[in-house]
Amino acid sequence: MRITLFIPCFVDSLYPNVGMSMVKILEKLGHQVECPEEIACCGQPAFNSGYWEESRAVAEPVLARLRQSEVVVIASGSCGAMLKVFYPQMFAKTEWAEAANELSPKVWEFSDFLVSKLGVTDLGAKFPAKVTFHDGCHGLRELGIKKAPRMLLEKVSGLELVEMPDAETCCGFGGTFAAKFPMISTAMGEVKCSNAQTTGADYIVSNDSSCLMHVQGLLSRQQSPIKTIHLAEILANS
Amino acid sequence: MKAFVEEFKEQARVITRDLRHRGLIQTALRKYEVARDRRKGAFGNWQMARQAAAEIKYEAINHLDTYLAEFADKLMDRGTQVHWATTPAQAREIILGIIKSKNAKSIIKSKAMTAEEIHLNDAMEKAGYEVVESDLGEFIVQLRREPPYHIVFPAMHLTRDDISALFEKELGSAPTREPEELTMIARRALRKKYITADVGITGANFAIAETGMISITENEGNARLTAALPKTMITLVGIEKVLPKLEDLALFLPMLATAGAGQTLTGYNTMYGGPRQKGEIDGPEEFHVVLLDNRRTELLADPEQRDALHCIRCGACLNVCPIFKNVGGHTYGTTYSGPIGSVITPHLRGLQDWKHLSNASSLCGACTETCPVKIDLHHHLLQNRRNASEQEPSALERFAYKGFAFLINRPGLYQFAKEMGRLLEPLHKMVKGSKLDPARSWTSTRDLPSMPSQSFKEWWRNR
Repeated sequence: MRITLFIPCFVDSLYPNVGMSMVKILEKLGHQVECPEEIACCGQPAFNSGYWEESRAVAEPVLARLRQSEVVVIASGSCGAMLKVFYPQMFAKTEWAEAANELSPKVWEFSDFLVSKLGVTDLGAKFPAKVTFHDGCHGLRELGIKKAPRMLLEKVSGLELVEMPDAETCCGFGGTFAAKFPMISTAMGEVKCSNAQTTGADYIVSNDSSCLMHVQGLLSRQQSPIKTIHLAEILANS
Repeated sequence: MKAFVEEFKEQARVITRDLRHRGLIQTALRKYEVARDRRKGAFGNWQMARQAAAEIKYEAINHLDTYLAEFADKLMDRGTQVHWATTPAQAREIILGIIKSKNAKSIIKSKAMTAEEIHLNDAMEKAGYEVVESDLGEFIVQLRREPPYHIVFPAMHLTRDDISALFEKELGSAPTREPEELTMIARRALRKKYITADVGITGANFAIAETGMISITENEGNARLTAALPKTMITLVGIEKVLPKLEDLALFLPMLATAGAGQTLTGYNTMYGGPRQKGEIDGPEEFHVVLLDNRRTELLADPEQRDALHCIRCGACLNVCPIFKNVGGHTYGTTYSGPIGSVITPHLRGLQDWKHLSNASSLCGACTETCPVKIDLHHHLLQNRRNASEQEPSALERFAYKGFAFLINRPGLYQFAKEMGRLLEPLHKMVKGSKLDPARSWTSTRDLPSMPSQSFKEWWRNR
């Protein structure tokens, strides 16, 4: 299959290893991967802040470029929700409405793509550690992804998955919310970290680097020994 | 006066650092979640029940004009006096007018969020009447002279020690840690009030159009006493509370109990169809129903967010909201707090003054997932944000997003920005967390990830 891999801006600039892991996994499964140079961001920050016109300015080139793609895999549940769920709303009654509606069913979050589209759960990965999984809200509630990441983790050799209390509760990131209301965002993150700590896990794993950026930011400030890692990085480890 | 947003932020700063508050609320709501999940099992299919409830409310709200008229006609047929109030001021005037015409002195009240909405107690007290809240939680917060903390659990922010100390101070009772004894202290104080009250004021959980009945659901029996003992009963009800048919209660009563309090069914469920009829031995001599609009019709006119009128005030969205759990009910500064409050307050009290509540959300969607009548809560927060910025854009934010779009759509410029970021990173480390740090809203409590030596795109290009 010819796969267009969309690496969102913050994954590109801050977490390149997540994208590299995805390329490695998809190619190992025998697929042809392309990563378009000309698109970099889904436009979610402006959209979430209410600046839809400014968001469309970022999103239009994405729509234009992805029109030719057969299938689009995206390295974040949140950006995935933007393309799949919010583009059709944001472009409704515009000249791009049709393109947005056409793109939506072609977009897959990475873990969901592996499990639901490709039917793969065992990637032959090894990761000898105790981990707990944090459900990113957009992946969980906008895209309905709950089982796929866990099915993938279960097949990782040496890995022990321990569920934390309130795994489905938001980590407090929320994009610009984290900067606009840092006190609330931080409190939410602290609750998330302490819930993760009760499991005795070595790693907090998620399929969204944005949640992990927030959680890791708090953990390093607290000098906590728990580390964060993206699901794809575990799956690429052999 | 300080802007509402500044007050919100100030209170949020204080309360999010209050670990006692955090522990109290998290523990209380975890117990609720366990009970709720157990009761959900009593429904054959909770998701289908939600769908059915949403469809009934959809029907009711989309034909509000006919159902309200039917409701009022049926009530009047049995001698109830029906009043229509467009504004809070009109509602207060109507209610005070009734009280005055009865030469009343003392008023007993059961729980009603609509009364909070129109600041009824203040108005009655200013007019010289004694008002007593009969719901235990409301009685407690009334003694503390503060608004309810939560739509359903008004005093959930207090421990039994707090309540004992309050009763000791206000009622002269002996300190106790026993919930039963605390309840008895309140009951002894309240029973006298029921008997001497001239007017009883209630809210309503549902208004049944088909039969012209008010449905009140409660756990303490206080609303029954409030309604039955005084000679005059007044019910203040928001116009969105209408349900088309009596049989709709078969779904809505257990649903409200389950979503609201983790109960199979609330302790007391009563329907009021009018004043005492000929040959009846009890009930009020006069029954007034005041129907309150207070800009609900404006929400009705908004096709995107009309479903917010489906709300049955169960409080379930508050109970699962991580924002609510961390800032608590009072921080909102509104009658309705939590996600539903953040959605409707801009409609009820002005978008520009209250848009910050829609911004103060991570948009996690836990509210929408739990809402028993399927209100699209977190997406309405997004719409409020859009409406607010279309109406009065922030020049700075718009400039930033335009600038971002300009940069991100030019791969060369974007590449340059990343390189600049790497160059500036050591400089940022020198000011990190200080007043000079442009990222201090993040870095004052959290570390930033360090920039990797090459971005994904650089790796991709060079491989």
